[in-house]
Amino acid sequence: MSHAATMEPAGQNPGLTFGAEHAHDHDHAGKALSGFWLFMMSDLIIFGLFFATYGTMLVPMSFAGGPTPKELFEIPGAAMETAALLTSTLTFGFASLAVKYNFAKGKVLGWLAITLALGMVFLGLEISEFARMFAEGAVPQRSGFLSSFFGLVPLHGAHVTAGSIWLIMMMVQIARGGITDSVRSRLARLALFWHFLDIIWIGIFSVVYLGGLA
Amino acid sequence: MNLTQPFWPAVLGRLDLDSLDFLKVFFHPTLNDVILSGAAWAVLVGGVLGVAVLSYFKLWGPMWRNYLVSVDHKRIGIMYIVLALIMLARGVVEGVVMRTQQADGLGGGFLSANHYAQLFSTHGTIMIFFMAMPFLTGLINIVVPLQIGARDVSFPMLNSVSLGLTVSGAALIMISLVLGEFSTGGWTAYPPYTEMSFQPGVGPDYWIWSLILAGVGSTLTGINFVVTIFKERAPGMTLMRMPMFTWTALCASILLIFALPPLTVAALMLAADRYLDFHFFTNALGGNMMNFANLVWLFGHPEVYILILPAFGVYSEIVATYSGKRLYGYGSLVVATMSIAILSFTVWLHHFFTMGQDANVNAAFGIATMLIGIPTGVKVYDWMATMYRGRVRMTVPMIYLSSFMVLFVLGGLSGIILANPSIDFQVHNTLFLVAHFHNMLIPGLLFGMLAGYTYWFPKVFGFRLNDRWGYISAYSWIVGFVLVFFPLYVVGLMGMTRRTVSYVDPAYQPWMLMSGVGAIFVTVALAALVVQLYVSIRERNYTRDIGGDPWDARTLEWATPSPLPAYNFAVIPHVHAREAFAVAKEAGRGYQEPTGYADIHLPGDTYMGVIMAVFGTAFGFGMIWYMWWLAVVSFAVMAVAFIVRALRGDRAAITIPAAQVEAEHKAWLAQVRTVTPVTRERELEHANHGVAAPETKEVAA
Ligand code: HEM
Ligand SMILES: [Cu+2]
Repeated sequence: MSHAATMEPAGQNPGLTFGAEHAHDHDHAGKALSGFWLFMMSDLIIFGLFFATYGTMLVPMSFAGGPTPKELFEIPGAAMETAALLTSTLTFGFASLAVKYNFAKGKVLGWLAITLALGMVFLGLEISEFARMFAEGAVPQRSGFLSSFFGLVPLHGAHVTAGSIWLIMMMVQIARGGITDSVRSRLARLALFWHFLDIIWIGIFSVVYLGGLA
Repeated sequence: MNLTQPFWPAVLGRLDLDSLDFLKVFFHPTLNDVILSGAAWAVLVGGVLGVAVLSYFKLWGPMWRNYLVSVDHKRIGIMYIVLALIMLARGVVEGVVMRTQQADGLGGGFLSANHYAQLFSTHGTIMIFFMAMPFLTGLINIVVPLQIGARDVSFPMLNSVSLGLTVSGAALIMISLVLGEFSTGGWTAYPPYTEMSFQPGVGPDYWIWSLILAGVGSTLTGINFVVTIFKERAPGMTLMRMPMFTWTALCASILLIFALPPLTVAALMLAADRYLDFHFFTNALGGNMMNFANLVWLFGHPEVYILILPAFGVYSEIVATYSGKRLYGYGSLVVATMSIAILSFTVWLHHFFTMGQDANVNAAFGIATMLIGIPTGVKVYDWMATMYRGRVRMTVPMIYLSSFMVLFVLGGLSGIILANPSIDFQVHNTLFLVAHFHNMLIPGLLFGMLAGYTYWFPKVFGFRLNDRWGYISAYSWIVGFVLVFFPLYVVGLMGMTRRTVSYVDPAYQPWMLMSGVGAIFVTVALAALVVQLYVSIRERNYTRDIGGDPWDARTLEWATPSPLPAYNFAVIPHVHAREAFAVAKEAGRGYQEPTGYADIHLPGDTYMGVIMAVFGTAFGFGMIWYMWWLAVVSFAVMAVAFIVRALRGDRAAITIPAAQVEAEHKAWLAQVRTVTPVTRERELEHANHGVAAPETKEVAA
């Protein structure tokens, strides 16, 4: 930043100078990544508030005589969802490495496809979990507690859905144009997003499922 | 869609003949309904008139090309401020109608309780979200890239999207005047009163969707400006050389990123309750409205600092410029700004001291609240010290500044009173509180924005605003404000509750009449702003700002031509000092020839903003009126537009060749040399064409 100030003797340049524009750095990827970090911070607050709301609803008043966490949640289903999502983060990591070390685009596409498939498995498991709850009468309209559950967990699911759509777009882009700079930059952001959702899910698994059964 | 449903309800949702407000007057010609329909007609006629004027002067093309699809941060800023001024007019008129009602309100008045409730709800919502926010966002848009020596923001397309979303929120509120009614739940929309069981109509849904749309837009703005300020600064523009306005813009943007989510969450949860029968905040089945109160104020308190910090930034700029002196205590101002931004997240509970937590919690939040007074006090002293022995000129912005310093401190003192929970128990929910926050918002935010508008106007449009009408407006605002709101402190202490259409205690009446007289001055102030704009445009040839520096100002934005070329700086400046332009001018190097020129790359126009504005409005409208097809289609259009734009990238980017830049810049420099520099004595005269003559040292010291 301060190279200009040091290049020229300071006394001669009070305030301002107008040098010819050397390669003024246009760091698009860096900017986009910074912006994306900020977006995720704000998204994290949204999740945090849904978590907090959920926390306040774990009281008899909010169960309203309806089902309680102990009656509703089962570890095996949630554990399988966790496994699928955690593995998908690993496979996305392989995709990122494949990009980093300039592997053929087929390899990248392969890892991304596996990631997508695992994402789909996760969503499928989650939907069947919800279906089971609905069948037991545990619908969001039943109690404040269930409202907050169905606020928090499907919000994460919606994020995974959006991430999957983005993943498909990336795969189309790679298949058509190869690993361009724009692909690298976007994939870095998507990776961040995907891992972020993983961390949120760990929170959900710990607070909602493990915490609910503790 | 269910095919057994009748056709029209499926298309029109719950919109029917009774929703058409402009017909109400023909069914019930009472004064209340005349005003209700009158407002609807005002929107309709205003809209038609606007279309007619644009068509008559053949302005559709230029408006579309130069503004609606533009990603130029200055153009976007102008559009934000135009929106803010339109909404200011509506908000002020509503305030004046409410004051008139209460002047006449002993035992009745002319408005129904429901109508009064809609008025304070729209007035509050509009003033905060569609006047204050667009105004400060507009100023930030125009000024920040210039102050840091940048060509544009980091994400120009997103900037246009933010504007589009804000406009769609404002459009929904305007539509609520014509179709259906607005919420009667105040600007904070507390449930359970805003739940289906109490307000099954469209009112709270208007509130929900206009705020969600505008809120997303503001979050994106916050992200955009944090990245811009961190990544786009010119060489040598270190953080501690940034002008104060940029610092406050940075803090406000950070607050936008972290404070808007709670509002979005609260509104989404309320929507889930209303649309899907959830129980986040209902009375029945385990809802908990305290969660809403916490969420809304977790947003709401930082929000008041989002509103006030940029105004502090404006004051810091103008006080240095119009005192002809370096800003006093720069470092302390930076620290104070940051402290306020952080403390603003620790006090939200003072908005509901009376809602059930124990005394120790209240005490902790009361003390935290009082702490904010410290950095704010530091700022006031810094501004005063800047003026001390300066070359002070009492221009219109300085009138706003000096009244602000007196009135804002008074408002702050009433805030310290309210921060004491035991006192708050007595006066909460009275007009004392209304007096307090208007005392912060009008001299603080509104005067700051109007001062900034007057200050930077020549930079943007190339001619100065008429100062005679500026003074008339400023003095009317000041007198009007004092007359309207100081009596409210009194009646508040007497126990008159806020949000109440009428009263039975005759002791209130004299104060209400005084307040009503104040409303006349406020109306004059607003009218004077309109006249000022008209007169200034008519006389623009006499007040041309050719040199670009009409106020002998100190920061980078004044080292450019007025109006600005799209690329802002012919050559990106290298900065060697704080208040770099003032330092350069002092050394006699104000207008230098660059050593060379280069091609300039600028982002291309985009339809995204227009798409967001149109389909955002349509989406909200569909949700509000249960026209599900419209909501789905509009949402899909917005999503697809985003994806397509992401895949295609910016295909319209433009390059301005170095030769053209050089020719334009040299022409400007040559023109500057023909202008006679003026001293500060003649600052407001026609002779001032934007080149400042150096002040003699004794005066400027
Ligand atoms: C310019 C002249 C103004 C007038 C005459 C005015 C008048 C009023 C009145 C009469 C009320 C309702 C009081 C009650 O009965 O509870 C009110 C409420 C309010 N005003 Fe203003 N106001 C003005 C400017 C502003 C400005 C500039 C802002 C913000 C930037 C603002 C924000 C609010 C808010 C947030 C409320 C609370 C609404 C609610 O109760 O939910 N006002 N104003
Ligand atoms: Cu507060």
